This record gives sequence, structure tokens and C-alpha cells, in this order.
Amino acid sequence: MRFRRVASIGLAAIAGLALAACGSSGKSTTSAHTSTATTSTSNTATSGTSSPKPSGTITLYNGQHEQTTALLVAAFEKQTGVKVKVRSDGEDVLGSQIVQEGANSPADVFYTENTPVLEHLQQQSLLAPLPASTLAAVPSQYSSPQKDWIGASARASALVYNTKLISPAALPSSMLALAGPQWKDKLGISPGETDFQPLVSAVTKLDGSAKATAWLRGLKANSKIYPDNEALVAQVNNGQSAVGLINHYYWYRLRDEVGTAKIHSALHYFAPNDPGNLLNVAGAAVLKTSANPTAAQAFVEFLVSKAGQDVIASSESYEYPLGSGVLTKKPLRPFDQLHPAPVSLTDLGDGSAPLQLEQQLGLL
Amino acid sequence: MQTAASIDASVRPWARLWSGRRRWPLLATGGSLLAAGLVLLPLFFLVLQAQQSGWDQIERLLLRHTVAVLLWNTVRLAFLCTLLCALIGVGAAWCVQRTTLPGRRLWSVLLVLPLGIPDFVVSFGWVSLRPSLHGYLAAVMIMTLSLYPLVYLPVAASLARQDAVLSEVGRSLGLGPWRVFLRVTLRQIWPAVLGGCLLVTLGLLAEYGAFEIVRYQTFTVAIFTEFKLGFDTAAACALSLVLVLMGIVVLAGELAVTGRGRITRSGAGARRIVTRVALGRWLIPALAMLSALAVLALGVPLGSLVYWLIHGGSSTLPPASILTAASHTAGLSAGAAALATALALPVSWLAARHPNRYTLLIERLAYLPQALPGLVVGLGLVFFSVHYLFSLYQSTLLLIVAYAVLFLPLAVIGLRASVLNAPQRLEEAGRSLGRRPASVWLRVTLPLIAPGLAAAFALVFISSATELTATLLLRPTGVNTLATQFWVYTGNLSYGAAAPYAALMVAVSAIPAYLLSRRMTTLDQTPAPRQMPTLEHT
Repeated sequence: MRFRRVASIGLAAIAGLALAACGSSGKSTTSAHTSTATTSTSNTATSGTSSPKPSGTITLYNGQHEQTTALLVAAFEKQTGVKVKVRSDGEDVLGSQIVQEGANSPADVFYTENTPVLEHLQQQSLLAPLPASTLAAVPSQYSSPQKDWIGASARASALVYNTKLISPAALPSSMLALAGPQWKDKLGISPGETDFQPLVSAVTKLDGSAKATAWLRGLKANSKIYPDNEALVAQVNNGQSAVGLINHYYWYRLRDEVGTAKIHSALHYFAPNDPGNLLNVAGAAVLKTSANPTAAQAFVEFLVSKAGQDVIASSESYEYPLGSGVLTKKPLRPFDQLHPAPVSLTDLGDGSAPLQLEQQLGLL
Repeated sequence: MQTAASIDASVRPWARLWSGRRRWPLLATGGSLLAAGLVLLPLFFLVLQAQQSGWDQIERLLLRHTVAVLLWNTVRLAFLCTLLCALIGVGAAWCVQRTTLPGRRLWSVLLVLPLGIPDFVVSFGWVSLRPSLHGYLAAVMIMTLSLYPLVYLPVAASLARQDAVLSEVGRSLGLGPWRVFLRVTLRQIWPAVLGGCLLVTLGLLAEYGAFEIVRYQTFTVAIFTEFKLGFDTAAACALSLVLVLMGIVVLAGELAVTGRGRITRSGAGARRIVTRVALGRWLIPALAMLSALAVLALGVPLGSLVYWLIHGGSSTLPPASILTAASHTAGLSAGAAALATALALPVSWLAARHPNRYTLLIERLAYLPQALPGLVVGLGLVFFSVHYLFSLYQSTLLLIVAYAVLFLPLAVIGLRASVLNAPQRLEEAGRSLGRRPASVWLRVTLPLIAPGLAAAFALVFISSATELTATLLLRPTGVNTLATQFWVYTGNLSYGAAAPYAALMVAVSAIPAYLLSRRMTTLDQTPAPRQMPTLEHT
């Protein structure tokens, strides 16, 4: 008797769970239907008028720092009335997820920290072309030559140095000098971060692969390996490494967090056109499989518009806006004084060549 | 069972199969097959993906000096950490469960909590304390401090239900407490000790935390490199197969060790008061050791949280989002813990009561997710749901299933010792009194294995509460947990804003730890008079 009662309670619980599952799946089906409906209406709108009004809901796969994305999304929602669902994760994970999802991908827009992952999706023909009007907002060298992803913001590579351990006069003007024996045990790098591969690509492009190999060997002999740029910049500040190769914004964010009094480090930029003087671009793309392409395109258009770029210019992410002539409102080294090396985003590709070189040399 | 059905083919074989005595074993078999199937999903994905990677590519990635170094790093880390976790876990569990140590209830909560602290917080604590900390021994120390609860919990659960009568017999025969421990108690808790060690070893195979904390690189680093920089899921999966192979070796090794004295089913399992060992002059050293453990494993990371709460430049205590995230975390973790425990029960049950090659195989299989990075398991479930059950994709249910698969090994270990030690004779007695198997199971067995169930639940709950990789990958879009919010802020170096989330993670983990400690120390509270008359009568 007692068992029967317990069993029936158990069965009821299982049934409840199953119902809940059906409920949630039912909901997602409904939302899929809704978005399909939106698409079809927007499609008819496309055939009717020249510029359809974006509406409905889109899903943004976000590999960027979430705080700035949240500000951008809020501004976009206010301007257009489109609802944006944000899914944040590492851009690598999101990229792989998009590939797996294939035609079923819930993603409408993919916003990343770096361009190689966008190149990777492009090679799999997963990205939709962007209209010329959107592309025109950003200088063409920051976007895909295939016109299916666009640069939205940039950061500059730099050397962070501990001000107690190194005097500014001793800092090299070229990143290549860091392979020299005088930097033994003084350098910190994070070769597992996406920001490191472009530096290797740049050396290869500007100085040839033999030089790049020799340089990496020297770097390997001199360096402490850190798991990520956040740890690297903090440990240079702590004096565990004298110098470290990072992007400029990690240092600014660290300064914000620990307070100027606890900052024992500063940024040093390599000479104009040096391979260590690079721009890393964060970009965005619309997925070919988007169920609401009108709203998705509108989001990317907003991202590079003056309104969107203003959000980036004044946000705590310390990135350089790239579009619509907007300049950063933060006291960074001015964008036009960065003089980055002449390495195009196409030269950086999907990053597989530098990765193989690093693996061959045992850096990874 | 197939043959039984075909013999009785004349009269509705399935109904017959389902009737009477067979129902219970059938349910158990069904449950354990379900568990095995869920574990096989990510493994299936792994093999499928790995096949797409060319042999040249695998050879280029695997056969190089760096990989040999990384593998060696993994093996030596796993070896020493396991040894230390065993010593600490058993020592602490014995002190709390079997001695007159003051503050046992408090200790039994504190000793579990390091499991609920994310690697990143541990890292921060140590880096702020000793920025120069790095290398093998540092990695061993820090990983031991975070992982010893995996041994402590099963052993404590096993001791809580262990009949102390054998120890007392030992003592009455003139053995000192130390000898009693070595020759009697240790044998009783051996399955729990080995099980905990198994979790530690397998977990360290897939561990990434040591690298994040003290720059100690293990084989997992190579897998993540392929994934993160190469966008090469196939190669990452192929490399993960190496972990599966190592996991199989470890599992086979453990089976060989347990095989000899497999079941130590002793003791009557009757409720009685444990005579605790008075620590005497060992009291001060024992208290000092446990305090040191608590300071190193809990104090350092929690200290860094307090520091960031006070000094962090980023100002937040966003009350709304933090409470939503906390309730998501608690709900998901409770669901995962319930599901994993329910799946683990038939698996450990069959392996203990009907050990044959199939039930043991399923039990071994259930441990494998522990040797895989969460990312691989998560991607396997993404693959499965995208291709076969899209309505489940990015649903709460799938996330709970993912946690249950990831932490099934913890649940199985939590249960194993209790199930092995629940005396079969009591069940037989129940059945001979005319009870149906199900009823015997609920009224006799379940109370006997209750500490194991509670330990399994707590282990899975706490681990789910801090899980990040699979959570990010599988959560419904827009659902945030404490771990994901923590990740958002630390990724931006906003440690002050991140700290409250980590603090709440520890607080949420303290709930099951506290309930568990109550559950396991209730034996103490059994009023003595209930037992005394019986003794007088006999």
C-alpha cells in the first residue's frame, strides 16, 4: 500500500517533469513560429517597400565583453523596438556552436572580439552579405573583403611594463628585440589567447617566416607563459614579470579595478609600423540562416552607426570605435597616432598558420 | 529475460515480464541503461568528431615533445594529489565521524565547502597572497586543497553508516585505536576511499584549473588550444580521446585493486551509538591540522573575495540580477542533483548486488565523464540535441541532463560505499517476512543507504552550482547563473563586481553541505535510553 502511494507520487513527479519539459519545448517551438511569421511578414515588406522596418526579436551570439554589449543592445532596442536576446560565451565556443547548429541556428547576429572566428565561419559559407550602406560606415580595411563581416571596434597591441623593474628608456622600439637574451625571464606572454596569433602573423608577413621562427624561439626561451591576458597584466603589475605583451585595454581595466595607487605598471607602444604595433579588430556579422534578417541587419547597421559607435567610445571597455568618424572619449593614445603595422585582416586569416608554428616550436 | 519471455510467449509475455518479483530488477536495469545511454551520448559525439580529424593532423598534434611534457605533468599531478587527498580526506572524515573532536557539525560543513569555490577565486586568493607561486608543488597543493572533499564526503558518509561494533570488538580484543583504524575501520571504508580517489584522479586528467591558478600546464591545455585557436573541434575531440584512454586505464586499475577484497559487507546496520575515540593528547594537533586545512582551502579564497568586495574599483551589488542568478543556480543544481542521484542509484545498486560483467561495465562507464573536460560533454549534448531533439536544444531540461551526466561519477561514488555496506541479510529478512522486493527496498534498503544518497546529492549540487563551461554552452538564452555572471565580470577585470556572485556561490553550496552534516551526525543525537533497555534485557 505504502509503496503504491510513494510510487504514484513518484510517477506524478516524473509526469510533472515531462510536462515541464514539453512546456519549455513547446514555448521554444512557439517562439520559432513567431519568428518565422515575422520573417515572412518582413519578406513581404521587402517586396513591397524599399526599406522594411525592423521588428520582432533577434538572438545575438555575443563573444564580446558583456557590459558594452548590454549598453549597445539597450540603445538599439530603444531606437528600433526590436527585442534582442543576448547569449554570451567565448567567441570560440559560440563559433563552434554556430557551425554545429547549421541551418537550425537560433543566432541572427554574431558579435566577436576578434576576426579569425568570423573568417572561419565565412569559409563555411555561414555568413550573409552586408549591404554597402552598412559597410560604408567603417573604413574598408577593417572589414571583410568578401563584405560579410564588419569591424566595429579595435584595440592596440602594446607592451605593459613594471615601472619599478624597468625604466622607460630600456624599453625596445621593436617587439622583435624581446627575443634577445637580455629579456630572459623578464617577459610574460599568453600564447593561448587569440590576441597573440596576430603578432606572429605580423612578424611572418613583414619579416618572413625564418625570422618569425627565430623570434618565437627566443620568446619561448625568455618567457613565462600565462593562461590569459588578465593574469598577465596583473602579474606584470605585481612584478612577477617585468614586461608583457598585451592589448592596451587590459591595462586600463586593471587600473580601474585596483585603483591608480596600486598601479606599478605602464603601457609602452612599439615604433610606428613595427609588427608589435597592431590593431586587433572586433567585428560582427549576420548569419545566413537568420530568421529575422531585416532586424539582424538593422542591428549591425546600428553597431557601426554614430549612435552605436558613441556607446563604444564612452564605455568602460576602452576600445577604439572604428565607424562613422567617432573618436574615443577616453584618454587613450589618439587613434591617428597609433601607426599600426601594414598588416591587413586578410593577412591574419583564420590564425591557423601561426598556431601551427607555435605548436611546432612547443609554445602551445 | 528475453528467453523467459519467449518461453511464456503464449500469455502476453511483456505483462508477465513486468509482473511481480521481476518488476524491481527490471526498473533498476532500465534506470542503469538510461544512465549508460546518457553517458554514451557525449562519448559517441567524441568518436564521431575525432573520426573527421585526419590521422596526419592527430600525429602532428600528438607526437611532439610538448605533448609528452604535458602528459607527464598530468600524470604526476594526478598521482601526488590523489595520494594527498586520500590522506586528508580520510583523516578529516575519521576525526569528524569517529572522535570526540569539538565542533564536529561545524567542521563537517567547513570541510565540504572548498568544492563550492570556483577555481578562479582560489587562483585569486593565492596570487594575491603569494604572486610568485607556480610550478608542480604549488599545483599539487592548490589542487589538493580544492579536491580533497571528493574523498572526504564519500568516506564520511560511509563512516556515518558503518557499524562501529567491529571497531569495538577490535578494541576489546586489545588493539589500540590506531590498529583498530588500520585493521578494521579502513577496511570498512575502503570502497569509499578508493571511490573518492578515483574521482580525484579522473578529475585531474581533465583539469584546467591548475594552469589558470599557478601556470602549471596539463594535457587539457593542448585540447583547449585546438578548440580556441584552431576552431578545430575534430582535433580537440581526438585529443580528448587520449583522456578517455587514460581514464579507462585508471578505472581498470581501480577495479584490479578493489577486485581482491571487493565487498566488505560487514556489520548489522542497526542503529546504535558510535563510541567515539577520545583524542586525548592528539586533540590539539588534530584541531591545528583541521584549522590549517580550513584556512588554506577556505580562508585564502574567501579572503580574496572580501578584499575585492571592499577594495574593488567596480561598484556593484546589483540586487535584482544577483538574486535571479542565485535562484537559477539553486534550482538547476537541485534538479541536477536529484536526477544524477536517481540515475546513480540503479547503477551502484546493480554493481553491488548483481556484480557481473554488464553491471560492472555500466558502473565503470558512469565514471568516464569525470575524465572529460566539461566542454566536450557539453558539445556532445549540443550535437545530439541539434541533430535529433531540437526542441530540447538550449532548454533548462537539457542543461540539467548535462549536469547530471557530468557529475554522475560523483553521485555513483557518493552512493557506492553505502550500497556496498548495506547488509543484504536485512533485505533477505524483510523478504522472508513476506514483503515485496519494492517494499523491502523502500523500508529497509533506502534508510540504510540514506547517507550515501545525501552525499551524492550534495556532491552533485555543489559541483553544478559552480559549473561554467557546460552552463554557458547549454543554458537557455537569457538565463544567467551565479557562475556565468561571475565569468562576465571577471572577464572584464571587474573583480569587485564579480565577488558577490562568488560569495553567493559558496553560500548556496553551504546549504546542501549543512543539510548533509545534519543527516550524517543525527546518529549522535539518537537518544541513548532507547538502546539501553535492550541491552539490559539481553
